Amino acid sequence: MSVLRMPRAVYDALRVHGEETYPHECCGALLGEPTAQGWRVATAARAGNTRTDSAHNRYQIAPVELVKIEREARRQGLEIAGFYHSHPDHPALWSATDFAEAHWLGCCYVITEVAQGKAAVTNSFLLAGATEEDKRFEPQTIQVEEARTESRPA
Amino acid sequence: MTIYIPTPLRSYVGGKNAVEIEAGTIAAALAQLTEANPELRQHLFTGEGKVRAFVNLYLNDEDVRYLPAKEDTAVRATDTLSIIPSIAGGTAR
Repeated sequence: MSVLRMPRAVYDALRVHGEETYPHECCGALLGEPTAQGWRVATAARAGNTRTDSAHNRYQIAPVELVKIEREARRQGLEIAGFYHSHPDHPALWSATDFAEAHWLGCCYVITEVAQGKAAVTNSFLLAGATEEDKRFEPQTIQVEEARTESRPA
Repeated sequence: MTIYIPTPLRSYVGGKNAVEIEAGTIAAALAQLTEANPELRQHLFTGEGKVRAFVNLYLNDEDVRYLPAKEDTAVRATDTLSIIPSIAGGTAR
């Protein structure tokens, strides 16, 4: 199983985002760097959910917002590593809609179940495959990196 | 002009995140891009040569679909073209 690494602050931030938008779905992009072990996320960029007609069970990020997010990623020397969204009162598993509308091959799709307003399970799925025709979601391990605490002399 | 390549397609352009191309229009720039990197074609275009429905093209910050001349829009050396696969989903079926 592949691994998605991210700092605790990013992991917590994307889960809090889902609580803030509950009962609507939240969404955003994950910016990071590819490593030999897989993506390492450095930061997350919140995005607006343009599906205001059905925000409780659909999300969409405006492409022009992604253009701007990608520009900011380049400025920081990062790449779009994947995306996150929430499933209000629904398991943190990819849906048929998530799969049909996933097109960033090689990127990570992180889903958080928000149950009654509280972030519950968070899972990540790698969109594997070489083409749109043979794509598939593969579950990943999320490795949350705790902030290092510097020891100070007494 | 500069064409920005999204993460999933970088392996088809030697790992680069941007490609410089001299062309008169968006269509000509894309033609050059896919001639130089033939494996890109199936990811950007349908078998009929249309841009795939989930592929968004932005000239600077403008959606190419809404430009009067669309892909025949003239471009300058300082313009940027972003290729952005769409992002959507949700629990609804």
